[in-house]
Amino acid sequence: MARYLLGRVLQGAFVLWAAYTLSFAVLFALPSDPAAIVAGTSNSVTPEQLDALRHELGIDRPLTEQYLTKLGGALHGDLGRSTQSGEAVSSVIGGAVPPTLAVTGAGFVLAVALGTGLAVLATVTGHGRLGRALLSLPPLGVAIPSFVVGLLLLQWFSFTWNLFPAIGEGGWRGIVLPAVTIAVQPAALIAQVLAKSMGDELGKDYVDVARAKGAGPFRVNVRHVLRNAALPALTLTGLLVGGLLTGAIVVEAVFSRQGLGQITQGAVSAEDLPVVQGMVLLGALVFVTVNIGVDLLYQVLDPRLAVERRTGRRSALFAFAGRG
Amino acid sequence: MSPHLLEVDDLAVHYRARRSVVRAVDAVSFTVGEGETVAIVGESGSGKSTTAYALLGLLPRSAAPARGRIVFAGRDLVGLPERRWRELRGREIALIPQDPGTSLNPVQRIGAQVAEALLLSGEAGEGAGRDAVRARTLELLADAGLPEPELRARQYPSQLSGGMRQRALIAIAIAARPRLIVADEPTSALDVTVQRRILDHIGGLIRASGTSMLLITHDLGVAAERADRILVMRSGSIVEQGAPEEVLANPRDPYTRTLIEAAPSLSGAPRPRRAGPAVIPGGAPGDPFAETSPDLAARTGQDRADPAPGGPDEPVVRVEGLVKEFRLPRSSGAPGTVRAVDGVSFAIPRGRTYGLVGESGSGKSTTARLILRLAEPTEGRVLLGGEDVTRTRGAAQRLLRRRMQIVHQNPFASLDPRRTIEQTVTDPLASFGLGSRAQRRRRAAELVDLVALPASVLRRRPAELSGGQRQRVAIARALVLNPELVVCDEPVSALDVSVQAQILDLLAALQAELGVSYLFISHDLAVVRHIADEVGVLHRGRLVESGPTEEIFARARHAYTRELLDAIPGRR
Repeated sequence: MARYLLGRVLQGAFVLWAAYTLSFAVLFALPSDPAAIVAGTSNSVTPEQLDALRHELGIDRPLTEQYLTKLGGALHGDLGRSTQSGEAVSSVIGGAVPPTLAVTGAGFVLAVALGTGLAVLATVTGHGRLGRALLSLPPLGVAIPSFVVGLLLLQWFSFTWNLFPAIGEGGWRGIVLPAVTIAVQPAALIAQVLAKSMGDELGKDYVDVARAKGAGPFRVNVRHVLRNAALPALTLTGLLVGGLLTGAIVVEAVFSRQGLGQITQGAVSAEDLPVVQGMVLLGALVFVTVNIGVDLLYQVLDPRLAVERRTGRRSALFAFAGRG
Repeated sequence: MSPHLLEVDDLAVHYRARRSVVRAVDAVSFTVGEGETVAIVGESGSGKSTTAYALLGLLPRSAAPARGRIVFAGRDLVGLPERRWRELRGREIALIPQDPGTSLNPVQRIGAQVAEALLLSGEAGEGAGRDAVRARTLELLADAGLPEPELRARQYPSQLSGGMRQRALIAIAIAARPRLIVADEPTSALDVTVQRRILDHIGGLIRASGTSMLLITHDLGVAAERADRILVMRSGSIVEQGAPEEVLANPRDPYTRTLIEAAPSLSGAPRPRRAGPAVIPGGAPGDPFAETSPDLAARTGQDRADPAPGGPDEPVVRVEGLVKEFRLPRSSGAPGTVRAVDGVSFAIPRGRTYGLVGESGSGKSTTARLILRLAEPTEGRVLLGGEDVTRTRGAAQRLLRRRMQIVHQNPFASLDPRRTIEQTVTDPLASFGLGSRAQRRRRAAELVDLVALPASVLRRRPAELSGGQRQRVAIARALVLNPELVVCDEPVSALDVSVQAQILDLLAALQAELGVSYLFISHDLAVVRHIADEVGVLHRGRLVESGPTEEIFARARHAYTRELLDAIPGRR
């Protein structure tokens, strides 16, 4: 297990390095001059002053040297300084993490709970009218863009009924609407995949055996079917976590909240390259961490994987899967 | 109170299909006495499994509620509310399902799945402690004949062999000491030797406890050997019933007679085979469209002066000292390699069939893969028409595919569900760029006709065909290139016995007509007897016995061969 984990962490480190290098190359290729951005657009800056600034920023040195210096800095947690504020990138981003984490975290929990609940409810109620009605919800949730959901929620819950604040932090009450907005699409996707997967599992032979033991619908659906059906949904959930960061940009704009989304938006429009690169790295870090987490969860949920890893008998596993 | 434990009277189950009603079970009446074993025999679609599941109240959603009467221990179960059914299932009526591969929850430990049966039935007793449940679980696993029950209880289904999984399912079925066990084809997914041990074990258990059993099977041989009474079912109705000897010796219904003839284990000697002249209808081996029948190798520029070095008597395939080793993971502490195939040598003459027999894991399929050059042998040689092809690579290796084809075990998995039958059959031609589109279509029609399917199947997709029809399509696909050798890897073990017989007859007829050679792989000596000229018995990678088929049957020298022979139902 330890060896497996070490391997996954090394893979993750490689992904981070690749993300850093790729973003460095792409941002370098952009036709923008950091020195000019730092100096501003006033005409009073002389070419000599610009050159001095370039020297100070280190962008007059050869490309490989720039890359290695910056990579070395990044390894020590120094991602450079924002060209807008002159603040260290790590503290710019670090300061914006808590508000975004609160919204996306709450949104994620809500998405998983809603998605799973909907799928289980739809499966238990089965082929009746209620089940069919429940199953028509996810496509609707996927189809509506999240900013529309946000605007509708604002209209009703803030302006009409005055239940939650429309703007800004305001403690937990301020988190509710953004979290719901961010949760709708992932919840719908989870519900769709999980309900389909539970439907497939219900047709399997082991369900008949469980029922032949005298198991009731709750036990069959939750104890037997859900855990097997969770496996494909888990992969999706891992992918969705990365998407939450993107969702945060929209939600923070709609609800005028501070956070990573707002910083990203500002950095991109101001061509604040160090901050943009910092965000790319953060995104990669989140993806890598979540994926390692998902893989570990897989090992817990699906004993076949653990067996395969221990014995290295991948082919035997596939032979079994093929026969099943 | 009725003298019988179970009395089924005028039972009817209908499925709602699109715009039509399928009468899966129609006016079925029978009884099962206390401690009696009754077998229902029939082929797929005869309604035998539907009858079984109706007794457990586990009909699929697409079925209309059962009608008629199912009187169990004096109580009519038809129309019983789900809650009452749950009290009966497991406790009074238990199920041993068909496919041990899919019938256990893959993410739960074996022990937990057996313990669940104890807990749900209340058999563990009110407020029984964990230790008591655990102890009883281990006892049940041991009773079901699982070695090392403590280890097995901690394992997951994927870590157990098919036979062990079926034993775990038996432990679940007997957990609550039911009065009736419904066994739905309990062994048809298993090797014959395992089948016999499992059936013996079930028989012992139910005799000891006085449990009644309803045994569902497609194999009349199994039914005759195990049941007190046999019911023969066809198209939803019981066409014949009686004691085994009576039914076998004196079948009144013509359908029963066909079943008896079809069961490979019941008909003794092989059927006479048509030995017509080997006429290859146009084309050359590997290319059905070759006009002047030129040698394939010459046509493709491969250097091979003599089409058959060693003369016309040279066998199509000869393997010499084949060895295949697989490396084991270093951490396991076991020796570094395992020999899946260990020094196997045999030859298949032109137009003949060589049967390779052995149980799961004996190396049969690996041997086939080595011959087909889908795997690299560790040692040994493969000669095709006298030419050493062991070390061929790249284009030359790809050309071998035109001379050797395979028919797989499972016709449900080996056909692409999205392709029409015509696309499937012409696919090998298309991948070698042989013939024009029109020629390929004609060839597909020719082949479909050859395997006795109507031309209308060409436009259909696999899902619309039965298992037997699909296997015919797979055979047509294998023959479309005019190969010299077709490897049949358990081609009938996924099929009903009556369909098995038809496919075996078809293979024999095709051989007589086309002169193709077969390597026929099976775990069942009874099946091999019907098709093979020579038989090789494979045990743990070694060819322990080899010779003409009838000689093996008459004078088996090796103990393992005799065990295989004894495993054939109805031979004791």
